[in-house]
Amino acid sequence: MPKRTDIRKVLMIGSGPVIIGQACEFDYSGSQACKALLEEGYEVVLINSNPATIMTDPVMAHRTYVEPITAEIIEKIIARERPDAVLPTLGGQTGLNVAVFLAREGVYERYGVEVLGCDPEAISTAEDRELFKEAMLQIGLSVPDSGIAESVEEGMAIIDDIGLPIIIRPAFTLGGTGGSTAYNLEEAPELLAGGLGASPVHQVLVEQSVLGWKEIEYEVMRDCEDNVIMITSMENVDAMGVHTGDSAVIAPAQTLTAEEYGRYVDYCKRIIRRIGVKGGGVNIQLAGDPRSDKIEVIEVNPRLSRSSALASKATGFPIARVATKLAVGYTLDEVLNNVTGNTYTLQEPTVDYVVYKTARFAFEKFPQAERVINTSMKAVGESMSIGRNFKEAFQKGLRSLEIGRYGFGADGKDPAQLPEEDEVIRKLSVPNDERFFYIRYAFQRGFSIDRIYELSHVDRWFLFNYKQLVDFEDEIRAAGSIRSIEERLLRKAKEWGFSDRQLAFLLGCDEWTVRNRRKELGVVPVYKLVDTCAGEVDCERPYFYSAYEQLDECRATDKKKVIILGGGPNRIGQGIEFDYCCVHAALAVREEGYEAIMINCNPETVSTDYDTTDRLYFEPMTPEDVLNVVEVEKPWGVILQFGGQTPLNISAELEQNGAPLLGTSPRSIELAEDRKHFRALLEELGLRQAPSGAATTYEEALELAVQIGYPVLVRPSFVLGGRAMEIVYDAEELEHFMAEAVEASPERPVLVDKFLEAAIEVDVDAISDGNVTIIGAIMEHIEEAGVHSGDSACVIPPQTLSPRIQDEILRQTRALAAALEVVGLMNVQYAVQDGDLYVLEVNPRASRTIPFVSKATGVPLAKLATKVMMGYSLRELGLTEEVRIGHIAVKEAVFPFARFPGVDTVLGPEMKSTGEVMGLAKNFGMAFAKSQIAAGQNLPREGTVFFSLCDRDKTDDAARVARQFHQMGFQLVATQGTADWLREGDVPCERINKVREGRPHVVDSIINGEIALVINTPSGKHPRKDEVAIRSTSWARRVPIITTIQGAIAVVQAVRELEDNEMSVKTLQEYNIETHGSVPAPMFTPDS
Amino acid sequence: MRATIALEDGRIFEGESFGAPGKRAGEVVFNTSMTGYQEILTDPSYKGQIVTMTYPLIGNYGVNPKDVESAGPKVEGFLVRELCPFPSNHAATGPLADYLLRHGVIAITEVDTRALTRHIRLAGAMRCVIAVGEHAPDDLVAEAQAAPGLVGRDMVKEVTCPEGYEFSDGSQPAAGGPLIVVYDFGVKRNILRSLAGMGCRVRVVPASTSADDALALQPAGILLSNGPGDPAGAPYAVREVRGLIGRAPIFGICLGHQLLGLALGGKTYKLKFGHRGSNHPVKELSTGKIDITCQNHGFCVDIDSLDQDQVELTHLNLNDMTLEGMRHKELPIMSVQYHPEASAGPHDARRLFGYFLRMIEMGR
Repeated sequence: MPKRTDIRKVLMIGSGPVIIGQACEFDYSGSQACKALLEEGYEVVLINSNPATIMTDPVMAHRTYVEPITAEIIEKIIARERPDAVLPTLGGQTGLNVAVFLAREGVYERYGVEVLGCDPEAISTAEDRELFKEAMLQIGLSVPDSGIAESVEEGMAIIDDIGLPIIIRPAFTLGGTGGSTAYNLEEAPELLAGGLGASPVHQVLVEQSVLGWKEIEYEVMRDCEDNVIMITSMENVDAMGVHTGDSAVIAPAQTLTAEEYGRYVDYCKRIIRRIGVKGGGVNIQLAGDPRSDKIEVIEVNPRLSRSSALASKATGFPIARVATKLAVGYTLDEVLNNVTGNTYTLQEPTVDYVVYKTARFAFEKFPQAERVINTSMKAVGESMSIGRNFKEAFQKGLRSLEIGRYGFGADGKDPAQLPEEDEVIRKLSVPNDERFFYIRYAFQRGFSIDRIYELSHVDRWFLFNYKQLVDFEDEIRAAGSIRSIEERLLRKAKEWGFSDRQLAFLLGCDEWTVRNRRKELGVVPVYKLVDTCAGEVDCERPYFYSAYEQLDECRATDKKKVIILGGGPNRIGQGIEFDYCCVHAALAVREEGYEAIMINCNPETVSTDYDTTDRLYFEPMTPEDVLNVVEVEKPWGVILQFGGQTPLNISAELEQNGAPLLGTSPRSIELAEDRKHFRALLEELGLRQAPSGAATTYEEALELAVQIGYPVLVRPSFVLGGRAMEIVYDAEELEHFMAEAVEASPERPVLVDKFLEAAIEVDVDAISDGNVTIIGAIMEHIEEAGVHSGDSACVIPPQTLSPRIQDEILRQTRALAAALEVVGLMNVQYAVQDGDLYVLEVNPRASRTIPFVSKATGVPLAKLATKVMMGYSLRELGLTEEVRIGHIAVKEAVFPFARFPGVDTVLGPEMKSTGEVMGLAKNFGMAFAKSQIAAGQNLPREGTVFFSLCDRDKTDDAARVARQFHQMGFQLVATQGTADWLREGDVPCERINKVREGRPHVVDSIINGEIALVINTPSGKHPRKDEVAIRSTSWARRVPIITTIQGAIAVVQAVRELEDNEMSVKTLQEYNIETHGSVPAPMFTPDS
Repeated sequence: MRATIALEDGRIFEGESFGAPGKRAGEVVFNTSMTGYQEILTDPSYKGQIVTMTYPLIGNYGVNPKDVESAGPKVEGFLVRELCPFPSNHAATGPLADYLLRHGVIAITEVDTRALTRHIRLAGAMRCVIAVGEHAPDDLVAEAQAAPGLVGRDMVKEVTCPEGYEFSDGSQPAAGGPLIVVYDFGVKRNILRSLAGMGCRVRVVPASTSADDALALQPAGILLSNGPGDPAGAPYAVREVRGLIGRAPIFGICLGHQLLGLALGGKTYKLKFGHRGSNHPVKELSTGKIDITCQNHGFCVDIDSLDQDQVELTHLNLNDMTLEGMRHKELPIMSVQYHPEASAGPHDARRLFGYFLRMIEMGR
């Protein structure tokens, strides 16, 4: 059936900020969907609050709303745009939930909007636990025994019925938020309450646990003619009980017989038909009993998902693109498979390799969090690796994670002492982020496969493969040295994914000796294809992975080409923003008629989409793997400025091995990172810096701190996102820090800076062609210096900086760019204290704020920077002066605290946010309000505000905030000290008990829903227990919480603005026209 | 032990033996299914062929007595990228290697199967000799060139049952169920199971059974089974099929379909490298429905050779638009090129057996 012509204009709902469980895979899906709709000639209207996405680039849609994704805002957009249809299945759970809500409110009916892809009834069948269970039983499938509870009492009654352990699954949440496993009656009520609180409809499924069963997933698609195809199966290495987002996953499934496989497929087909998805895809999770042929249906997601992104990358089948085409009426036999270029999409993909996905965690960011994984997802990113066998894919996967490991151990990073048996047993039985290494230790301790299976429930098939790797180490070691090892053994080691680092460790030499010897022997990788068809048909646009085999299918050309190095797995501090830059680099390179080549291992990204570049290599971002590609492609240039810290960490090795690096030289980057040289440079330029120094021992650090004066900011050099950064107030804290920091970054010194108290922090992004430097934007932080720049809200243009200071910022930035010979992008952080400007940090590379600045100002900085690196001057590119905007753009950070119960939510120098949103408006109050709403802070319009301030925050500003809340009709409550102080300032308020002052206390009030807003500034370096309780309870109950006075000032403005004015919506294209007079046309038109 | 794969065009591949010792000739083909190696090994249609699995990890779930399509392996040889010696599945009764060794099948692992597949795709399925141990590659190539190949050769006689028998899958056959006579050209067990599962009584007869003898059993319908090789290699079967036309409802599957094509006056030809896998999309022209099908054939009925006044095309392969199914316009005769019994593969096309039974009922 051809595409629908009765619809003309389609509204797409994005997924908003990157959070745990809903990350940049939705930018990947969403961008594909935008392209697919534009290709078909539809007018595309998009809403997404996340500025760091490719999909919100103004050329990806006709009308782009970077606005909060709420029902209220979407209704405004629908009223303004009058779309014919809405496509809600590409925006993750966020998009789906808001779509269902709009349906219930009758909005679609009111405006005559049709829901494409998955109608609200189908969504409810999949998402509403009761309807789902009923539907599955109806089609003869089995689901674990369960009951629906809307209160703790109901939940306990169900537990009485089905017994423990049970799994608690909140309805309508994403990534298993609020989900848990209860093992005993004591913990059950609390866990039930937590689950109910996390569910927007206050409903949980209390489900019999199938812990230890196999977890099998399928991606399935169906068109409007009822044709159904399976895209791939996936088997979780971790058994049931670990969220699939946290599990290691392998595609396709490995341990099912064809008969079992066939039954799973039958079930999936029945399920997608029963759910009623017409024109789209679903993800189906099933549990299989390892001891029998029993299968239980666990969950169905009637939308694009993290798994669908993984399945797309694993098979070469672009699910989002196809789902979009199906949603507008095409059938599978009408949509071309672009990877082969000559088959249609109803040819189910078949693969001749193994894909391995590993989750990347961020426990180091949340030291108070229990280091275990369970049904509530905690991973912040993932890597995907491809091999011709599991061992190869697995070891590549561990290298891809960038956790400092170069394979399955034997890389010089194993603990000096094999962990004790008790510890091994514990780590095997309770899943955690290090579990695979403990499997290794278990083998080294002589555990049998069966014993490890009984403890971990990791299928024996995987365990056997792990054991082969551990055993093989001895064979390599026995070969003696790199000179004496036989070619055949060396080749086998490479076939099994051993890195040169591992071989170097086992053979007692260095990585480069191994590399050279390998090349002498001709043991070099070949490149194989991801082609959707296991080689059965010729293929036009495959992508590549390395293997050690005979046939090389590398398609390197003689054309001029540029390799762009991606950022690897997402983590806190290095996420979608860098992928955005990499994609722009690819676009720019291709615009210039060069081939763009991407190396990356992150399956969630747009940069690893099959059509972003001319050739894509799915490889770990290590010197060995990257150089292998450089050697076969022989590029004209290599760009490593855009992938965050990952490519920079290997820049020296790349340069030494002759990779032609483009842009700012690694020496300048090193210079900016090297405190001593950088300080000298600043002195030479006459720029001011807070007193600082570098220390390699505790004694040195102590001496420095005394000399500089406390408080001091301490951190290891060369780390991302303020990892292990702390403000310390005395020698004791310093000693504690030194013990940990050395671990955070070996062989690198610790930096000690004077901490500038109560200063305003400023971020600047600039671009330079080597002669001229243009400032992209000055961003003023809302939170004061000391809060990591990635966690602080910030605003363009600056709101409180004087013209003199702003001019000074421009001048100093230009001077720095010139001195560092920047060609490309540069980010500078300043602090303004008492009218003085201090340089905090310079990073001569793309920063996290590039997409935000580009969206706010309409200047595509990453693209321009790429062209500058390719030799253009800024003048040639038409950028001759700073762009001034007539609107206000606020960036706000989004945090994962809900995932880490009990963790203190106070902001500090260590970055903790996972994503960001942007608020746009005519004035600051409204822009800030929008940013807060978009970030999920339910700004109250009435109710009670709770104040608890530390002494140094009891300022005039704070009193003004309290007074304004009072004037707007809010009730104020405060703890004793703060209440006394407020009353002194004539602000009426009620006193409330602190936790230790007896009940009812403030936490009771928060739990009871009596508090609408919490303003709580930390009392000092070691927060008191009740402060942590207040903050973490507020997070859990979704009560907005402000931990800085600057934040409170902004919030009070926002609340006032919301009280006085109606929120209005406006497209990015409209803002850009105001700024520049015109906007570029959408990039994908039916003709192109 | 090292093993060599020598192709008739001189290409040599190497690997490690994990099955029986010896040397064997056959036509080398590839299968793109990601599971189902035991069904493939025991599918009699692979007689005369050396099968390469494109999926690289084989043996993961071992072998079991249930998932077989005939009494034992029928392939001439089996080529894989990585054999798993340590199966993990509750149904497994042993590792794959033991099974192949026990049945005397030459099997080779550590083969660059993707390179081999690509070669077959470009150069076509061809004759090949596999040999375990030290051999001069040139000699093996010469032997491959001297091997008989499949075209025009009768492979059916190698796999058909010597005598007729009643099929029973253990359950009591339905007393009043229709009697289906199955011509065994190398029948897959799941065809028999599928018929029995629908309440049929199933009588299997050797390929050489005359039409009169088959009809003397008074069947409600006749099923022409799948089987190996070139349909033109079994002219006796074509003759008997021709003798059945118009005298009983007929359902042909795979080779049975090709034999029917020949019997109806059509021609068959050899595909370059055939269809072997479980992801082939087939469109049912009357309903527009698309099935994802299991396929295994190297020969094909030429669409243009059929008398379309007499024969209606019912199914097409959407990848290469080759013929996948047909039906006689007046007589109760239908056939498909693919495998409605699946095994291994998706079960989308199972309803074809229902069509067959309905056709029988309507003819009554």
